[in-house]
Amino acid sequence: MTSSLLLSVTTFIYGLAAVLYIAGWVFRRPLAARLGTWSVWAAVAGNAAGFILRWIESYRMGIGHAPLSNLYESLVFFAWTIGVSHLVIEHRYRNRVIGAFTLPLAFLAMAYASLSPYVSDRIQPLIPALKSNWLIAHVITCFIGYAAFAVGFGLSIMYLLSKIAAAADGRSGQRRAADVLVLQFFLVGLGLILFRFILGWSFGAGLAGAVAMAAVVDLAAWLLGRQQRVRDELFTRFPEPSLMDLLTHQTVMFGFVFLSAGIITGAIWANSAWGRYWGWDPKETWSLITWFVYATLLHARLMRGWQGRRIAYLSILGFIAVLFTYFGVNLLPGLHSYGAMAQQLR
Amino acid sequence: MAGGASLVIVKRLFDFFASVRLTVGVLLSLAVTSIIGTVIPQNEAPANYVRAFGLQGYRLLEALDLVDMYHAWWFQLLLLLLVLNIVVCSVERLRATWPIIFARKPRYRLERFEKSAIQAELSADVPPEALRQAVQSVLGRRFKRLATLPAADGREAVCAERWRLSRLGVYVVHLSVVLLVAGAMIGGLFGFEGYVNIPEGDATDTVVLRDGSGTRRLPFAIRCNDFSLSFYPNGAPKEYRSSLSLLRGGRVIHEKEIIVNDPLRFEGINIFQSSYGKLPPPLPAEGAGPPERLAVHVLSNHSGRTYHQEGAIGDQLDLPEGLGTLRLDAYRPAAEFMGQPLGPAVEATLVHPGQEPIKLTLPLRFAAFDKMRRGRVAIAVASAVPMPERYYTGLQVTRDPGVRVVYVAFAVMIIGCLVTFFMSHQQLCVVVRPRRRGSAVAVYGVTNRNKMAMHRQVELLARRIVAAAGQTARA
Repeated sequence: MTSSLLLSVTTFIYGLAAVLYIAGWVFRRPLAARLGTWSVWAAVAGNAAGFILRWIESYRMGIGHAPLSNLYESLVFFAWTIGVSHLVIEHRYRNRVIGAFTLPLAFLAMAYASLSPYVSDRIQPLIPALKSNWLIAHVITCFIGYAAFAVGFGLSIMYLLSKIAAAADGRSGQRRAADVLVLQFFLVGLGLILFRFILGWSFGAGLAGAVAMAAVVDLAAWLLGRQQRVRDELFTRFPEPSLMDLLTHQTVMFGFVFLSAGIITGAIWANSAWGRYWGWDPKETWSLITWFVYATLLHARLMRGWQGRRIAYLSILGFIAVLFTYFGVNLLPGLHSYGAMAQQLR
Repeated sequence: MAGGASLVIVKRLFDFFASVRLTVGVLLSLAVTSIIGTVIPQNEAPANYVRAFGLQGYRLLEALDLVDMYHAWWFQLLLLLLVLNIVVCSVERLRATWPIIFARKPRYRLERFEKSAIQAELSADVPPEALRQAVQSVLGRRFKRLATLPAADGREAVCAERWRLSRLGVYVVHLSVVLLVAGAMIGGLFGFEGYVNIPEGDATDTVVLRDGSGTRRLPFAIRCNDFSLSFYPNGAPKEYRSSLSLLRGGRVIHEKEIIVNDPLRFEGINIFQSSYGKLPPPLPAEGAGPPERLAVHVLSNHSGRTYHQEGAIGDQLDLPEGLGTLRLDAYRPAAEFMGQPLGPAVEATLVHPGQEPIKLTLPLRFAAFDKMRRGRVAIAVASAVPMPERYYTGLQVTRDPGVRVVYVAFAVMIIGCLVTFFMSHQQLCVVVRPRRRGSAVAVYGVTNRNKMAMHRQVELLARRIVAAAGQTARA
């Protein structure tokens, strides 16, 4: 049993958990949701075992190091932190519908790691710049922060969904249209990640698949939503909107502390590896941008009393910044065909 | 005394800098402009920008300060605005909360507590006196400044509080941001960032400044004693290690072996292992003896082919294509040709079949020398002794007097965040009321933030009090 095999199996357990939670929510089956919780426990355990096994394997290869050094390893750790965060939230607030919105994120992270043709699971030796304990602290704190933000993102999507479904609440058609639009972007983004990055389709095919998937979900939602009874049943078991809003705030606060710690440990590591604690390179700058967005959210809420939709929007914006910090920086255009930039050891 | 108009302006200015709207505006502006700097690569050579954006495009970027935007005046201004905003906001709010934070004796008002949404009430089958004693013991253990208030109809309220100083948490966080910017400014003004390549065995006291403003002399010289490189089996670099000595007046004042992530820090100057390179092999030294082996390259003018042979001083080599023989007679460390120094050279005798011997001088440093003769062959001689590879080490040399301030700011920020997000100024009042059977305890809580934690605390206390009174609770 190799760690890669174990982690591939874990991917499907996360997927199973996501399916169980969604089924439990949509078809009103508490048993399915309960099985979902058990699945998450199994997935988190398998994920942790795979992590430890990979650590041991690296020592057996003579290049022993903590498995936090490349995209595959960080994605695996990310999925684990999302799983653990979900279990904590579910236990505290005793609500099994949240799982339908957080587990898919964990599944996507693991699936990207295990299934994508763009991610290699080979254990590579550490190049000199990565040999630092500060790096390990940096990766761990960053991903705990990202996981908290991911859960907050899930809660914000839930919030918008519940607001769209709420009947006769005097909302203007414009606001509702804006919410629907945001959810469309979310669905298409989800589809793109699934088809383009995880399954490795071309960008055109991936986009087409994503749009098709969004259309199918929209159709299903519209058909389901036409009946008031169904709408009520689907959304009564959501947490109260004020609770979802409060939870979003709490997860963002938690994530903010860890993101701050992550940026700080990253700066300390950079200072010992490259001689400067801050170089305004894209990765560093985008982590700061993420920090600014969430700081804006906290100030708007604590000082101006922003609540509800505005907070949900900022939380979604913040998570997009998180994704850009994690993945997007690698796609940035660069004038790379020449720059003899001195950071040769990255 | 200035007129009322200027006072109004000052007040407006103060309000502007004290507003949260400014905070949100500056934070979002910083975020958006920072994005630009990641999409347009920074600090590249001008030729690269011209190639990507055209000459006009490059001129525009330069005019808007977008090629080094994080050091641009307008970006620094945004940061300055943020700092000003933080300072003004903090001062204003601290003035208001200072009396609360540092009030000698807290004044509890029962009506405020009874109106609070944070409350929990439990009944128990015990006399009120038992509950009252439990209240004293449970509260006394975790809370401070207990005070007893007389309440209506003979009841008593015991009030307490804790973590009052946690109200300062938010100011601590903001102070850390100011410290951070101050540390960065100190580093920018009084520090430097440079790099230097030092071949093994060489020493230098001058580094090239990274911002392009020239060079800088260090208060000591850096000598690279040795550079070593190791690789993993798959070819990836494993470690770069430089053995460095710092010299002043010819004396070694400090030594260290540095690797990436383990720099040399001395007298405020930091030396980091950054990169490395290979030097071309050195030329033979002036006074050295003849190389043990010589590589002889023979170019035949007739066929155009070059043949390679090896030999030593004293050997006679047969030339290909029936071109005759070449005898390597002697080695001259400092040969001359028509009064010009040739450096080390080999004297040889070339004999084509049926012709007079030709005396040749073949300098090791000038491979094309013999072509001038325009003979049937052109011969070049070089040392065939394998030369050891010589490396140079690439070092990043910096001084940053602000980094300590920045690190302090880091620590302060984390502590401030933890206090602000996970603690709050918790106050409560506990009232014991007699019931028909037994009594009831009601816990009222008030807090300035983190209400959910206060809810849990209040419920926990109620349960603890009842448990301490010796009975399980009846809700």
